[in-house]
Amino acid sequence: MQLTNRSKQVADTKMTWVERIYLPAIFKGMMITISHFFKKKVTYQYPEQKRDIAPVYRGQHVLKRDDHGAERCTACGLCAVACPAEAITMVAEERKKGDEKHYREEKYAGIYEINMLRCIFCGLCEEACPKEAIFLTDRIVPTTFHREDYIYGKDRLVEKMDERIDVSVRQTQNLANFKKNSEYAHNKLK
Amino acid sequence: MLPIEIIYKIILILAVFTVTLVVAMYSTYAERKVAGFIQDRYGPNRAGPFGIFQPLADGLKMFTKQEFIPDSSDKQLFVLGPSLAMLTACMTGVVIPWGGDITIGDKIVKLQITDINIGILYLLGVVSVGVYGIMIGGWASNNKYSLLGALRASSQMISYEIALGLALISLIMMTGTLSLGEIVRQQDEGLANVVYQPLGFLIFLICAFAETNRAPFDLPESENELIGGYHTEYSSMKLGFYLFAEYINMFISSALIASLYFGGYNFPFQHSLGLEGNMLSMVQTFVFFMKVFFFIFFYMWVRWTLPRFRFDQLMNLGWKTLIPLAILNMFITGIVIGYKNGFFNF
Repeated sequence: MQLTNRSKQVADTKMTWVERIYLPAIFKGMMITISHFFKKKVTYQYPEQKRDIAPVYRGQHVLKRDDHGAERCTACGLCAVACPAEAITMVAEERKKGDEKHYREEKYAGIYEINMLRCIFCGLCEEACPKEAIFLTDRIVPTTFHREDYIYGKDRLVEKMDERIDVSVRQTQNLANFKKNSEYAHNKLK
Repeated sequence: MLPIEIIYKIILILAVFTVTLVVAMYSTYAERKVAGFIQDRYGPNRAGPFGIFQPLADGLKMFTKQEFIPDSSDKQLFVLGPSLAMLTACMTGVVIPWGGDITIGDKIVKLQITDINIGILYLLGVVSVGVYGIMIGGWASNNKYSLLGALRASSQMISYEIALGLALISLIMMTGTLSLGEIVRQQDEGLANVVYQPLGFLIFLICAFAETNRAPFDLPESENELIGGYHTEYSSMKLGFYLFAEYINMFISSALIASLYFGGYNFPFQHSLGLEGNMLSMVQTFVFFMKVFFFIFFYMWVRWTLPRFRFDQLMNLGWKTLIPLAILNMFITGIVIGYKNGFFNF
């Protein structure tokens, strides 16, 4: 089967005199390298110049708030169960009176941590979440010098109200259709 | 009369020394740039515009690294190794003619530190001493890898020195002089020596690659086989000296190739341009450096094209191919010279 037209038949014949002095081959090789010298460079100058990423790219997580600024997460633990890398831990707490503005349901996550070194960015947490609280975004997890810095708490996971993160690009058509179905509209405020 | 000459010589020595170091320094930058460009990358471009401060950053890094001398090593020899490599590398520049004569006041002075009449012999001698720097460094490290690397280096350099010397003998037979200044002046009158000695030039070029431990003959420091070879145990600026000496050697051997085979500072039609005296000398120096830079580029070009030789291939090439070829070249040169001098007119 021929895959490309670049394949060459190799033969184990004795080399001719011209082949054995190697100089023509060396000259040929040097012409190839010098032609690359003037070719367009393939480098992306990273911090200034970024590669395009796929619309469904799975990067750093975000814990969403609803339109009124209350945290959506109810600390059900489904994301932690779904996580194949066991990167997610959480401690649930009960909502006190007067905290209704901050937390959507009676139960919320007091501590919510994702270890970004364990995370394999599979997106199963996002799929498991019944409250549409956790999403993967197109952001890249920045590197640091210490392992402890990779354990992201709520301070870095929960989105800020003044800089909300648009996750609609991540939504596939299937998901959008699913959300339109009123049967599954568990997200509506009571 | 004397003090002025001495001052002039001191200025020239300092100038050649500085130029050698600066060119070697920027060769490291050029090496990385050429490597990058040949591999479709940009190379270093962060330190300053186009990364031109990269050598300074590298030097700073080298100086601030930990100075480590292994316990089991021979302390004096361990320091002597890189010093010797650096010293011999810097000593070779003195006999190379960097340009034509210049006139200061009523005195005519040469742009060559010293035009000793055995210039080539002096060069070969100094280069041979350079082997000691590597050998001592490898031996003093008291490490098997270093010793093997040093062994490879010295056997390689000694083997290729023979072919190098033999290739030079044909040239010396032709020019009739051992003085580099005289060889360059002769090429002003006639054609460049490469026209008469193409085979000799090829042998000299290959041997120069081997002598400077450059790819494809960089076995002494083969990173992936000998973990760095003779400088395995070296760190900080002592390692820097070894690497730097290699770049100085590259510069000097490029200058040598240019002056021995490519007319040195001479260029075609130089006397019909209407340039006179100092102006002509300056242009000549510029042309000479262009030639040298081309050969430095050539060194790098080859390095990023060819894979490394195996050790037995290296020895086979040196002893079984280059030395017989050099002798053949010598033989042919002898016959041609004899024919020209009427030796065969019976």
